[in-house]
Amino acid sequence: MEIVLSRLEKTYKTGRSTPAVHAVRDISLTVPSNGIFGIIGKSGAGKSTLVRLISLLEPPDSGTVLYDGQRVDNLTGNALIQRRRRIGMIFQNFNLFSSRTAGQNIAYPLEICGTPRQEIDARVRELLEIVDLADRRDAPISTLSGGQKQRIAIARALANRPDILFCDEATSALDPQTTKSILNLIRKIQAQMNLTVVMITHQMEVVRDACSLVAVVHNGCVIEQGTVNDIFLHPAGDVTKEFLANLAPEPDAASDKGSIVRWSEGGGKYTLRFVNKLTDEPVLSRMAQKFHVEFNIRAGGIQKLPENRIGTLITDITGSPDEVEHALAYLKSEGVLVEEDV
Amino acid sequence: MLVNEASLQTFEMVVFSTVFSLVLGLPLGILLCTSDPQSGIKARPVLYQVLTRIVNALRSFPFIILMIILFPLSRIIVGTSIGTKATIVPLSIAAAPFVARIIESALKEVDAGVVQAARAMGSSIMQIIWKVLIPESMHALIDGITLTIINLIGYSAMAGAIGGGGLGDLAIRYGYQRFRPEIMAIAVVVILVLVEIIQFIGTMLSHRVASRR
Repeated sequence: MEIVLSRLEKTYKTGRSTPAVHAVRDISLTVPSNGIFGIIGKSGAGKSTLVRLISLLEPPDSGTVLYDGQRVDNLTGNALIQRRRRIGMIFQNFNLFSSRTAGQNIAYPLEICGTPRQEIDARVRELLEIVDLADRRDAPISTLSGGQKQRIAIARALANRPDILFCDEATSALDPQTTKSILNLIRKIQAQMNLTVVMITHQMEVVRDACSLVAVVHNGCVIEQGTVNDIFLHPAGDVTKEFLANLAPEPDAASDKGSIVRWSEGGGKYTLRFVNKLTDEPVLSRMAQKFHVEFNIRAGGIQKLPENRIGTLITDITGSPDEVEHALAYLKSEGVLVEEDV
Repeated sequence: MLVNEASLQTFEMVVFSTVFSLVLGLPLGILLCTSDPQSGIKARPVLYQVLTRIVNALRSFPFIILMIILFPLSRIIVGTSIGTKATIVPLSIAAAPFVARIIESALKEVDAGVVQAARAMGSSIMQIIWKVLIPESMHALIDGITLTIINLIGYSAMAGAIGGGGLGDLAIRYGYQRFRPEIMAIAVVVILVLVEIIQFIGTMLSHRVASRR
């Protein structure tokens, strides 16, 4: 299911004395079918409003939302209810029904569609298997851990075989380890069920570990978008750079290849980024052999993306200006991304 | 003998007025919750304002005065304005707005996120009310109904003062006016026991519902 947003606007009038909040400003986005699309932004950036508009929980003031070319933002009444039944959604606080057991929570979306009892039971069992909680069917919600709650919420969201899954800060209340396992689960079901997944988050780790495309939202606008690789390699806006700078080290990676480690203060005129295979090549020492330059590494580290690894080295390269220029040209020709601090 | 009869009358008044005040108050409470301009699942500001005004007006009436005002209505509905049956009408009408507020606040306690999730899954308004709001707030509803019954026991005793019958009537006519303090004491003790029993049952049910989640 391809989702196309064009020129969405939403303003909230909070009260007579307080100024109106312009939560979403002229947002246009295309979420391609069958993938995991990240929307990242700080709190208050407008991403929660944006997901409410895309998921048909609220109509936009103006602009359109298309699902596979069909306009859906203007649906009302029964048509809206029917459309919502084919959208899955999970939340930061899980939002499970505490008066129901785990299994009965998963049954809810089927019940409201009038699915026959037997079919519901079979489907609930199947979904519990998928989320790995087959033995917790009759457990009261309060006895489940955070990760288990989110798994039940995912099962509930998938009950009616939706074509879209919205994850609204789905991992923000979970610890890093549990976040990892929930993200893995979402990736697994995305691939199995041809889902279009939209992930709203303020955590760059989530984007890094799960998404293939990402849009950065700030002050109600999309300020940057592209593949996760591109955004990690060439962050343009300050907001994006800030997100990257705050990236927590990977929970399961050995500490020596977590985020960037700096072992000398100061220095580091050049930031070199090595993608994929390049991380294994001795490019720097070849450069030093070929040209009359010396290099001094100030900081370095490796980051993992879903499909890529990026090595980052912050270095000084010294020598005559001409030689340094040639050396840099050589690095670029080898595929190294070079950024120069001025 | 006197006490038995009076207890039965009180019982009759309380049971029927509880049922009728629920019949009137439940839909009103649900409407107050769903039509709330801020938090309602189907915001209807004008309807909410009208209902709120009616509920507030009825609740601000002192019960004795409400009863006198409603005498003609009792006469129309049950054919008389004195006695146990006649008292059920003003009791129910006096308790209904109270029930409405109690139900409103119980339903509003349900986490907004849970309601939003139900909406996102494509629940109709009726499904949200019956399958989400009411089950999710069941323990608060039970507490509220318990409170209503106990209030009604108190009101029904007051109703005795103007010829309603029941334990209040007994206490006033025999205990106070005929100087028989032992009858007054017995009437008060029976009311006390009734309140204790209702509170015990209510608390137990509410705990049972709460502990299953």
